[in-house]
Amino acid sequence: MQENQGVWVFIEVNDGKIEGVSLELLGAGRKLADKLEVPLAGVMLGEGVMPLANEVIYAGADQVYVVDHPVLKDYRTESFMKGVCILAEKYKPEIFLYGATPNGKDLASAVATDLSTGLTADTTMLDVDVEKRLLEASRPAFGGNIMATILCKKHRPQMATVRPKVMKALEADTGRKGVIIEEELELREEDMRTKVLKIVKDVTKKASLAEAHVIVAGGKGMGDIQGFQLIHELAEVIGASVGGTRDVVEAGWLKHEQQVGQTGETVTPKIYFAIGISGAIQHVEGMKNSELIIAINKDPNAPIFDVATYGIVGDALEIIPKLIKQFKELSKEKGGEMSYV
Amino acid sequence: MHIVVCVKQVPDTKIIKINPKTNTLDRRSAPAILNPYDAHAVQEAVKIRDKTGGTISVLSMGPPQAVAVIKKSVEIGADQGYLISDRAFAGADTLATSYALSKALEKISKNNPIDLVICGKHAIDGDTGQVGPGIARRLDIPPITNVIEVSEVNKDEKYVHIKRKQIDGYEVLQSQLPCLLTVEKEINDIEYAPMPNMIKAARYEPVIWSVNDLEDVDKTQLGLKGSPTIVGKMFSPPKLEGGKRLEGNPDSQVEQLMGVLLERKDLLKLNTANS
Repeated sequence: MQENQGVWVFIEVNDGKIEGVSLELLGAGRKLADKLEVPLAGVMLGEGVMPLANEVIYAGADQVYVVDHPVLKDYRTESFMKGVCILAEKYKPEIFLYGATPNGKDLASAVATDLSTGLTADTTMLDVDVEKRLLEASRPAFGGNIMATILCKKHRPQMATVRPKVMKALEADTGRKGVIIEEELELREEDMRTKVLKIVKDVTKKASLAEAHVIVAGGKGMGDIQGFQLIHELAEVIGASVGGTRDVVEAGWLKHEQQVGQTGETVTPKIYFAIGISGAIQHVEGMKNSELIIAINKDPNAPIFDVATYGIVGDALEIIPKLIKQFKELSKEKGGEMSYV
Repeated sequence: MHIVVCVKQVPDTKIIKINPKTNTLDRRSAPAILNPYDAHAVQEAVKIRDKTGGTISVLSMGPPQAVAVIKKSVEIGADQGYLISDRAFAGADTLATSYALSKALEKISKNNPIDLVICGKHAIDGDTGQVGPGIARRLDIPPITNVIEVSEVNKDEKYVHIKRKQIDGYEVLQSQLPCLLTVEKEINDIEYAPMPNMIKAARYEPVIWSVNDLEDVDKTQLGLKGSPTIVGKMFSPPKLEGGKRLEGNPDSQVEQLMGVLLERKDLLKLNTANS
């Protein structure tokens, strides 16, 4: 265990681009590596990914391990797990981070089983106890009511998946130097029991929440599905996307993919309206990094006001129609539609 | 086809309370339910069995009262159930849980080879999603997570076609059988349980195995002992910097808010082409 050294980040590549969460993790990993005084490495698998290796270094890594192989063209648990396990057993990192994306979580779970080590899911805070060389991975627990710090004392590497958009990426520094290590692995297509037949991109869906500039989100405080229509109306008038809490999704007022929060989407819009939302930590985890948060809620003690840039204590059913009216007049006056920077 | 669905009894996290003094869960405050994702897993198994024929077993690990979620699964349409229940399993993290469940699956498979294992995407009390892929690795079968549709099951040529949810769309995969799927809620709608299932469920007594009923078990890999991760501490989430409250009557509040938004031209800019 003592021989394990270094912080690793799994670099997820989709469509020839590095996923944002991988860059965020290089930023977070840089801090851990500096504290521990060890190198930070990126681990990148795929076909034709070599040209991206420099980006990993610009984002904070000292080293990049690259496996470039036709079998790794599309993500599959079997091929990626095999590649990652071979590297981890050869170079023995002490900390290994993955983005909590579908592929990142899938891969980390399989790798942890094969390496017989601990894995903390959906981490939102990372720190390290330098003296004990222990990763402190904290995550919302039990439906998000409380935070738990998970430790892995005796097994290495210490592994965690980390939620997208909760850590900060560093500004890309094109002057940064690092080492690119290309690994040749023997991977054979005939050993793979799974095949990717088709990949279908649904671009509209991604743009609708995770990348929206403005989101109008509603909670149970809207009363019923009729009341919730006001959320849609306001969003329509200002050209925003609609989101909601787990409660409203479970009540059937919104689709699953419109849920904002720990078990839904993590969002980082410029403006986030939280209307009739009390602000359970689980929801807050998914939206707290929004630039401007406006909360409207009847309950003056609602925790959402602890997060909101501006808060209005009041009845949403009374306030939103007024807001809609104002926006409508404004756009008529200006002769155009809302647009966002 | 022999389909095994892994299910878990969980506290309903929407209702559970935290003791503010000790920062621990008051488990008695919440009713125990079948993990909602697992209900969809059982429902999907029923849909597949109704097409291909065969049998559905459910497997759970937990205290004796977890027989309730097996009965619930029988209500949805499972044929039989197994509960592994023993103090030796207590305190297991995902690594130790996947080990214990895989040992039970090996035993179940001896009598009736397993073609397909289905799990919920994750349990709502742990939210990790790690046990499913862990089981698949231990059984050395391919895992496919985040499944939103099982479009084809070919039991003769032993493969499945599935749709897997991705960050920005979905992918269609083909996997050899046996394999393990973890399913999303949108895969199906839970149907009303037919009366005969309800009667069967009410009378059903699942098989209960202790650790000694399982074979070739390395006890050091079970429970707390076999769990590499531990909870270091629990704490309330950090308070974020709260902001300004807009005072006055609703009209004035709305006016102030409009003022604030219009001022932030870096965030919102009106299309002023005509003005």
